Amino acid sequence: MEYVISVLLSGISVGGQYALIAIGYTLVYGILRLINFAHGDVFMVAGLMGIYFTATMPITVSIPLVLIMTVILGFVIERAAYKPLRSAPRMSVMISAIGVSYLLQNTATYVTGGQPMTYPEIPFLSSTVGVAGTQTKWVVIITPFLVLALVYLLTLLINHTKVGMAMRAVSKDFATSRLMGIRVNSVISVTFIIGSALAAVGSVLYFTNYPAITPTAGAMPGLKAFVAAVFGGIGSIPGAVIGAFLIGICETIIKGLPSSWDVSVFSDAFTFALLIIILIFKPQGLFGEAATDKV
Amino acid sequence: MGNALHLENVTMQFGGVVSVNNLTLDVPEHQIIALIGPNGAGKTTAFNCITGVYQPTNGLIEFMGRPIVRNHPVGKALRNYKGECADKFASDPVLNPTPDQITGMGIARTFQNIRLWKSMTVFENVLVAKHQHAHQNVFSATFRKNLAEEKRMREETMELLSEQGLDAYKDELAVSLPYGLQRRLEIARALATNPKLLLLDEPAAGMNPQETIELADFVRQTREKYDLTVFLIEHHMDLVMNVSDYIYVIDFGSEIARGIPEEVQNNRHVIEAYLGVADEEAI
Amino acid sequence: MLENLSAFIPNLPQVFQPTSPLFTVLKKAAVYSLVAVSMNLLNGFTGLFSLGQAGFMLLGAYTYAILMVPASQKEQVYYLFGGCAFDFSLPDAFAAIFGEGGAGGAVGMILSCLIALILAGCVAGFFAYLIGIPVLRLKSDYLAIATLGFAEILRAIFQWQKLGPVTNGANMIKGFTTFSSFNITNASGATLLRLSTFVPFLVSSVCILLIVLLINSSYGRAFKSIRDDEIAAEAMGINLFKHKMMSFVISSFFAGVGGALFAMYVANAQAKAFTSVMTYEILLIVVIGGIGSVSGSVLATFLYVACSEWWLRFLDSEQYIGAFKVPLLRNGFRMVIFSIVIMVIVLFFSQGIMGDKEINLGALIGKIRAKRERKQ
Repeated sequence: MEYVISVLLSGISVGGQYALIAIGYTLVYGILRLINFAHGDVFMVAGLMGIYFTATMPITVSIPLVLIMTVILGFVIERAAYKPLRSAPRMSVMISAIGVSYLLQNTATYVTGGQPMTYPEIPFLSSTVGVAGTQTKWVVIITPFLVLALVYLLTLLINHTKVGMAMRAVSKDFATSRLMGIRVNSVISVTFIIGSALAAVGSVLYFTNYPAITPTAGAMPGLKAFVAAVFGGIGSIPGAVIGAFLIGICETIIKGLPSSWDVSVFSDAFTFALLIIILIFKPQGLFGEAATDKV
Repeated sequence: MGNALHLENVTMQFGGVVSVNNLTLDVPEHQIIALIGPNGAGKTTAFNCITGVYQPTNGLIEFMGRPIVRNHPVGKALRNYKGECADKFASDPVLNPTPDQITGMGIARTFQNIRLWKSMTVFENVLVAKHQHAHQNVFSATFRKNLAEEKRMREETMELLSEQGLDAYKDELAVSLPYGLQRRLEIARALATNPKLLLLDEPAAGMNPQETIELADFVRQTREKYDLTVFLIEHHMDLVMNVSDYIYVIDFGSEIARGIPEEVQNNRHVIEAYLGVADEEAI
Repeated sequence: MLENLSAFIPNLPQVFQPTSPLFTVLKKAAVYSLVAVSMNLLNGFTGLFSLGQAGFMLLGAYTYAILMVPASQKEQVYYLFGGCAFDFSLPDAFAAIFGEGGAGGAVGMILSCLIALILAGCVAGFFAYLIGIPVLRLKSDYLAIATLGFAEILRAIFQWQKLGPVTNGANMIKGFTTFSSFNITNASGATLLRLSTFVPFLVSSVCILLIVLLINSSYGRAFKSIRDDEIAAEAMGINLFKHKMMSFVISSFFAGVGGALFAMYVANAQAKAFTSVMTYEILLIVVIGGIGSVSGSVLATFLYVACSEWWLRFLDSEQYIGAFKVPLLRNGFRMVIFSIVIMVIVLFFSQGIMGDKEINLGALIGKIRAKRERKQ
């Protein structure tokens, strides 16, 4: 029983961390129809920055700094690598995203020397707490609540502010929004800024849980978060969050199965199997809208 | 002579929007029939149902007396269904061929917004349309065992291009042609699939009056030369009145009039649909 | 072939010695160019954005490896699992027919290798067919992520310890015929004729030639029409699903052969190597060469491999110009520079080296001749 609870708890917390990344994917896809392959790597870079900043500065300064730097990184990536390709075929933008991902990973390898880095202990978050008879870190408890709070704020932003309305308009129709005087480029920048900020928060939570960071540490959580976004219906924020929680829980359950079955190698593969199954049976996801092509 | 094409109670519904509503019409063999109506009336949607791009929510489409498309609403579609006779075809098996199968049966089309293959030359554009009927498989084609077939395809393509007056441009990129010739190339490409019925979606769009007159002659000649039936959508009334044997008029998806050109021209519903309802007080 | 020069010409520059990085580059590039061209067939000529290439290479590599480990080696290779569950091995089967050693042994080795390569392609093609049924109906970017996911699933399956008796779990399979097995040695073990570079070149060239023939056939034109405009292609009688499947299976077949060649090149097969990064690398090669150009892909592969394995190696170690220590140079810097160059190409030279044109030797010679005539 205690084992079950501990598995569920960590599943929910991993799910919450995926949710924060998944929102970045789903927002960007909703607006640009682009799978931002570099998003997972932005998440990884945020983690690395956390390590380097906390080494020289107190936590209270370094965490906000990580947030700001990640936002700047996301903004710069969009301006440098995606904006010039606005009118290019979708495949080129996706290739550019893969190129950025490659660049970030290689730069990380260069900076860290290829060695896995260890994420610092963050006071309070890293300290342990007993829940229902199991010991766990505070971060595990806090993550779902923090995620729900952030998602609530984000939905408020999207549904009740001017920039949120602009985001919804651009995601419905790019060209018409531009004709209606919406500054599409600013809206896209805002989208990347929100996505990167959430990824930065996610990185603090995730790496407190799994402290080893390698240059490819972002790729897998990134892809899983994308699958979560597809599962929930890409473009839908609640969908992405629910998808992420589901994937996080399933994954930890698979990892927690008896070791004699030896199925833990499939914890990653499971996510992709799920993806293929969704794409076959319900390609628009749980909450997505079906689109028809005009001939 | 029989009907080349017969539509019966064809309805196409997207969610709650009825694009084509209970359309019933006949296209007799060897005639030129026009489908007209204001913008957004559902003309192209009707074409897309005939060519298999869309599966109609309800209705039957027959080609040369044989049913090729048949569908009826079920489940969610039935609950949302706004057309008439929802269960008329429910007892017959559903037929939903893909566009290439329909093309294989002998229905070819052109597109409203020209869809030529942009990286290919004029010659290749027509040659690809010959691919479907060629006797070959991927191995014989790769190992060049199909040279006779390839030669035949190339010769037929060349013949078609010279008949359409496009042979001078054969090695140019299709998209580099002037607009009028691109439309003509689309027709040539459609003819390369050996059709019995040719669907033309606004063939005169973007043409000047002189070109439009030429197009009317061209459509008639093409029908004679290839022994075709022609079904066309058009906005240019000059062309429609000049070339058609019979006209169907639709608005908001439903038929509002049908008849020979003179009848349609003077039909009050048609004039209203195009010019708006006359203001009562002004009269 | 070049490798053998050193035996005949005594004072050859270091570059042409058999140990020179030149030959590593040539071998690896020959292997990669086949994979790049196969990816180009799919992404460049059919317009299907698939990221499953590494997965199909993995299938090819393992098929080849499992079939080619001789029975005498199995005990040692699979020692963790107490031997291999799969008794059959092609080299042994052919050794039984043609005998070991001498000319018969050579014939046996060539035949077994050839059959294993073809089977490697067939297995990859078969799996492509299975996965193609659901995923080829998807829109471009979903197709990309679904094929990427499929490759990851394969990688997990091949690392599964329960399949250890066949796949050797997460450990590598080795001990099979590699490129250097084709070097002809005399009785005392001295090398007489080096064919280890010639073999990958031969196999790759034949495969690429086949792909080129396909692209220039009626089917190749149909693929291109799908790439340019699916809806028009369908309306002109091209069966989308059938032709996409054909392109997908054929591309995967050659990726499988490429994977088997890769296993021969590195002399082992291990699932760990076939990550999505490998797919990205090949995709970037295709982009550098020009999407839709076979000769561009080949050219780009040789440049890419030469840069990463040879010419830019110096960036990874500390360098001094006189007494001045060049800053920044240390392990990993090469790849940073590399990715920056790639980004520049993606952003500013999106056509790549060749665009969608091909190197046309005939036309090139014609041009040079015309120039000469003008001069005279």
